[in-house]
Amino acid sequence: MSDVITLAHGSGGRKTSELIAELFKKNLGNEYFTADDAAVMPRPEGKIAMSTDGFIVSPWEFNGGNIGKLSICGTVNDLACMGAKPLYLTCSYIVEEGFPVADLEKIAQAMGETCKKAGVKIVAGDTKVAGKGQVDKVFITTAGVGVIADGVNLSGANAKPGDKIIVTGDVGRHGTCILLARDEYGIDADVKSDCAPLWDAVEAVLEVCPEMHVIRDATRGGVGTVLYEICDQSGVGIDINSEAVPVAPEVRGVTGMLGLEPLYLACEGTMVMFCPAEFADKVVEALRKTEHAKGAAIIGEVTAENKGRVVMTTSIGGKTYLPQPGNELLPRIC
Amino acid sequence: MSTIEEARSYLENYDGPDFRIMEVCGTHTHEIFRQGIRRILSPKISLISGPGCPVCVTPVSFIDEAVYLALEKGCTITTFGDLVRVPGSKMSLAGARAKGAKIKVVYAPFDAVKLAQDNPDEQVVFLSVGFETTTPSDVIAVKKAMNAGLKNFSILTANKTMPGAYEAMGKSCDAFLYPGHVHAITGTRICKDMCDKGVSGVIAGFTGSELLTALAVAVKKHSEGKPFFVNCYPRVVKDEGSPAAVAMVDRFMEPCDAEWRGIGTIPMSGMQLRDEYAEFDARKKYSVPDLKPEYKTACRCGDVLQGKITPNQCPLFGKACNPDHPVGACMVSDEGACSAFYMYGGDL
Repeated sequence: MSDVITLAHGSGGRKTSELIAELFKKNLGNEYFTADDAAVMPRPEGKIAMSTDGFIVSPWEFNGGNIGKLSICGTVNDLACMGAKPLYLTCSYIVEEGFPVADLEKIAQAMGETCKKAGVKIVAGDTKVAGKGQVDKVFITTAGVGVIADGVNLSGANAKPGDKIIVTGDVGRHGTCILLARDEYGIDADVKSDCAPLWDAVEAVLEVCPEMHVIRDATRGGVGTVLYEICDQSGVGIDINSEAVPVAPEVRGVTGMLGLEPLYLACEGTMVMFCPAEFADKVVEALRKTEHAKGAAIIGEVTAENKGRVVMTTSIGGKTYLPQPGNELLPRIC
Repeated sequence: MSTIEEARSYLENYDGPDFRIMEVCGTHTHEIFRQGIRRILSPKISLISGPGCPVCVTPVSFIDEAVYLALEKGCTITTFGDLVRVPGSKMSLAGARAKGAKIKVVYAPFDAVKLAQDNPDEQVVFLSVGFETTTPSDVIAVKKAMNAGLKNFSILTANKTMPGAYEAMGKSCDAFLYPGHVHAITGTRICKDMCDKGVSGVIAGFTGSELLTALAVAVKKHSEGKPFFVNCYPRVVKDEGSPAAVAMVDRFMEPCDAEWRGIGTIPMSGMQLRDEYAEFDARKKYSVPDLKPEYKTACRCGDVLQGKITPNQCPLFGKACNPDHPVGACMVSDEGACSAFYMYGGDL
């Protein structure tokens, strides 16, 4: 196979078949992975959830992952947020002419490994090659289907006054990692993206608390944006305690220097959960036993007052609104 | 009980004479709102966000000059991001960019020098705004450009100094919360002189606990009834300040009258490049005409900066003027009183 992707790789001809066989099938193959026009799978029992997401992160490779891993985690986590066990994914690549084949292989490898961890299968895919300069290196879109267990009913509209709010880990790591990877600020710090598939964490939580009200992935806009979304959707207020929000010391260092609020930086492996108060401790305990939620913590609760606002108690005991989400700090973060 | 808890409890329960203290540092303003400090204070204590955010006090005519350089002279304007959205009399720099002007956001003046070095065909102008804290890095940028023999780099100055503002604002408050970083450069002599003239103040650091402590000290001293000055940030602010930084600025710059948006001209409260560095002074290099814009607005930023009203008493606040569509400069920068009030809910 050649060293770089050429327009011929996207032509649908021999080169395309070569790419599928040597690169994608090798890393992503499974019993449903198809060379036909559509994949055929058995019908799952119960309600299904379906989601899709596009990934254009720049740079495509970062500390803790790459666009391939991210494209699996993103869709798997979106499904998980609805309580759906992820089953099948499709993926579509748009690759820039001249992109190294070895790098594409790295991406496919990361996707294969992440699929295994998440227990999900890629069943169909597509590859298009765009001329040099028409796309920046590689863009990926994944779509996924998952199955929801009976009795699980999660929605951003379900938060109730008294609910405890839990984050599954420390906040703002992916955003900080990408910001450093762009190297625009001349800051040297070792911040690893939290990018991870979280179905196992959600599964563990639903086992101890099937009545869970809301689960949401804190990706673009971070935890702060999620809190405001849920306030709006559920018509409630939120109180959070800034001291209780877990932030890694290296993230605190970088954001402190740049005057950024970690609550508004993207996460790719951290969720926000709203659960009835009596289950909160059990949920945190269950989360902490899973691989990617060892730092789970209760950060606040839902209130009937201050509808539509997030009130934060600060480290010195003051109270202030968490600012409303503003403009995207960084474009192309996922 | 920790010192912080003591300070908080003192400020919460204070029941002495009314006390008005003005912070004159944008970072203080931002931090005071972010930490919810106003809510802690007894109703007898009011905090006024004075003219300490460099973006907020930058006059309309300065934006017009930058727009003129960009559109009429084809210069590449380099600036801190906040200034891009500040309204001029006809347009902001963002507006000029939409008309094809080259406006680039930089994080430090040296980035602008590097841009000039890397692009010898472009005339690069850096918008030099700020107080004693940032002026040294502006003149170091000029020095770097001079040493590199650059003919395509200059700065448009709107640098300001604090003492004039203290004197002009002295009657608006009972005491100042002096900006720690300014006095890390200038030292404490100015504050002591002010105290001799009957103007009180404390120098404060920037964390929540440093701010609470400094406020508690100020309130306590005020209730003793005599003019006072206390340096509550001694780990950073030394009496002598930074003589090296002061000397560096003095070599390149001299005081001049300066216009403060919403307040007017304060004599000798600005800094401009000395004549021998005229080739780096964009105003002289491009013979920028004396722009005296007519600018009518219902915006009451000036009254906010002088503590005459709180941001939400301005008729535009939160309506015509909000962070997405700022009318006044105080709504543009995160350090502006109106923006901080809006974001963190000053009326909470």
